[in-house]
Amino acid sequence: MTGLRKLSFDAVVIGGGGAGMRASLQMAQSGFKTACLTKVFPTRSHTVSAQGGITCAIASADPNDDWRWHMYDTVKGSDYIGDQDAIEYMCSVGPEAVFELEHMGLPFSRFENGRIYQRPFGGQSKDYGAGGQAARTCAAADRTGHALLHTLYQANLKSNTTFLNEWFAVDLVRNQDGVVVGVIAIEIETGEVVFVESKATVLATGGAGRIYASTTNAHINTGDGIGMALRAGYAVQDIEMWQFHPTGIYGAGTLVTEGCRGEGGYLINKDGERFMERYAPNAKDLAGRDVVARSMMTEILEGRGCGEHGDHVFLKLDHLGKEILHSRLPGITELSKTFAHVDPVNAPIPVVPTCHYMMGGIPTNVNGQAITQVNGKDEIIPGLYACGEAACVSVHGANRLGGNSLLDLVVFGRAAGIFIEEQLQQGIDYRLASEDDVDRAMGRLNSLDSNDNGEDTAVLKRELQNCMQNYFGVFRDGEYMKKGRDELNAMRDRVANIAISDKSKAFNTARMEALELQNLFEVAEATAIAADERTESRGAHSRNDYPERDDKNWLCHSMYHPETKKLTKRDVNFKPKTVDTFEPKVRTY
Amino acid sequence: MLVSVYRYNPETDREPYMQDVEVSLPEGKDLMVLDVLNLIKEKDQSLSYRRSCREGVCGSDGVNMNGKNGLACITPVSEVVTGGKLVVRPLPGLPVIRDLVVDMGVFYKQYQRIKPYLQNSTPAGGRERLQSPEDRAKLDGLYECILCACCSTSCPSFWWNPEKFVGPSGLLQAYRFLADSRDEATEERLAELDDPFSVFRCRGIMNCVSVCPKGLNPTKAIGHIRDMLLSRAT
Repeated sequence: MTGLRKLSFDAVVIGGGGAGMRASLQMAQSGFKTACLTKVFPTRSHTVSAQGGITCAIASADPNDDWRWHMYDTVKGSDYIGDQDAIEYMCSVGPEAVFELEHMGLPFSRFENGRIYQRPFGGQSKDYGAGGQAARTCAAADRTGHALLHTLYQANLKSNTTFLNEWFAVDLVRNQDGVVVGVIAIEIETGEVVFVESKATVLATGGAGRIYASTTNAHINTGDGIGMALRAGYAVQDIEMWQFHPTGIYGAGTLVTEGCRGEGGYLINKDGERFMERYAPNAKDLAGRDVVARSMMTEILEGRGCGEHGDHVFLKLDHLGKEILHSRLPGITELSKTFAHVDPVNAPIPVVPTCHYMMGGIPTNVNGQAITQVNGKDEIIPGLYACGEAACVSVHGANRLGGNSLLDLVVFGRAAGIFIEEQLQQGIDYRLASEDDVDRAMGRLNSLDSNDNGEDTAVLKRELQNCMQNYFGVFRDGEYMKKGRDELNAMRDRVANIAISDKSKAFNTARMEALELQNLFEVAEATAIAADERTESRGAHSRNDYPERDDKNWLCHSMYHPETKKLTKRDVNFKPKTVDTFEPKVRTY
Repeated sequence: MLVSVYRYNPETDREPYMQDVEVSLPEGKDLMVLDVLNLIKEKDQSLSYRRSCREGVCGSDGVNMNGKNGLACITPVSEVVTGGKLVVRPLPGLPVIRDLVVDMGVFYKQYQRIKPYLQNSTPAGGRERLQSPEDRAKLDGLYECILCACCSTSCPSFWWNPEKFVGPSGLLQAYRFLADSRDEATEERLAELDDPFSVFRCRGIMNCVSVCPKGLNPTKAIGHIRDMLLSRAT
């Protein structure tokens, strides 16, 4: 370690999205020296793109609403591999976490009585599925993520969180005892490499939707935290589970909220038929996202798609009227005009299922402590925490319900913060990192910087994204996935051999994009292997060659181990603390 | 299409220059300016700019295109190109770090200065604070700001006094909290703005309104603050 500057904190949170800033807020409010290290200015994080809302039983639309109903929906939505203790925690603590956001100033839309507005979303029910559609998603028009992210940034400013804005985390630093003691990071503006030392390191780095060619995700969603964890040899959980959002704008991939269907919009095929009535007679367009996405793909594959190439369907909103569209869905109206050249007041929006969310991630307990598996047993990784989309706690299982991601990130960002606070109060003691420890974490960056002749980032990125899009999409098949795995195998050495021609220091985005691509590759490879090995169809993971759910063999989490590239199984938690277990049933909507 | 891009790397360039690049656009598709920058970067990775959501909500890619500020990701090439040429420069008035990347420090400082968070010391109880739909509607056109700085960097008053004049974006946010029925710090907020520069340097030029990619109206918000300051003084 020659002359590397060192910064020391009680806690460092990597990522300035909703989860990261909720965690940093918790600790900063309690007076701990907390840094939020983020590769973009916090309000540029992908949480900003969340539209429809945050699902939570605050009993506003329905005074009799019950968090247990929300829990039931979430367990069912997960196709029964969501951990029931974690889902119980999220749904029961949720209202407190949402009211806190309101108290911080989040500009929720309102009902006439002044309470927070809630809209119906997919997969929601009353009375454990028996009472019909619920309206449980708290919304700020269709800009809930933006409102939430800005509110959290504002609250962090108020609480004097230290922001390391436009800093890029490269790799985890571990001491000789295997404790995570911080990260190597690049201050992007100057290019300086710094060792950020911390008693607790929280990965809140979000998703990795950019492994696919067509995605609703921002350019920055490159799975940096997952990459760091995998390179450190830690296992990731359920990484084959990728959500394809039913309504990405055709051609552009930008998201159109499920709230559109919650407000009464519906999907039609080329014959103008409301086809979801055939696939989900009860919930129709508000069935689980996996169900709707598959139905749309089936319509397209069977020749009932719209447009010249029959490769999309339409989302019809015009019957809602200008008034509703402008008051409840103003952002959608804007996006649709910009990216589909369609004003939804007059014409339907062309949409297609688009990669949207990573259900899998770094396994954690409800306190945000990262877990890995050694010889088939859970082990807590000392010093490392994860929350938000990067984590797999797991509340989403094989399929996430709309509006549950914002709740997940707020509840578990907060929970990680609370737990770390307690740990810090009790005193955290570990051995400092040696020069060798830091040098080890510098390996990847050093090899990138010293490579003068190698592969081009842009070319490889395109190949990677096309491979994932072609072989690991909405419908999967063993034969195709084998081809995909072969392609990825052939790519691995090339990805390690990226060279950048621009070696300058100041705001070098070429260096960052190369490092990001290596993270994307780690996620893609894990996804491919886990998807191929899980020989069943469950939630978002749908295989032509194994079309049925297989509870006998696969009612479990998958754990992907980077060093052996093998998949093991991990038990799902079926033991909530205060309610009875929700037993697996056939999942219909 | 000919694209002329502002280039400056502090390590290698003594001064900034405009680089002309010929970009072949795919037929039958109206690209966004960000797509064009991405095409250039695929060939020349040294070009630096910020980008994230690519759908106009994160505010990363505010740049100046053929003389007008806007977000590269939601500005179609057809909308800005004149004479077959696209000219892309960094947002004016802020120090350039590299190429299209500006130092937004002073912009963020003005945002922080207005205390951009709800202030309310009355205990809220176990539920949300109530707000009528009418009161909530007063925040529309204010809370949607994405901090892209297109407005403040198009404002001559901000160019002249970036340290003292809060600027259109900061003032829009100041009014967002002044207008919030849940906020109790109206008097303190106004007191901190009550000087010849913070608000009153606005000359009603309205460049801010003309460039705001979210269609917001900072001049109107500034007008409301002026009214509040004036009625407070009398």
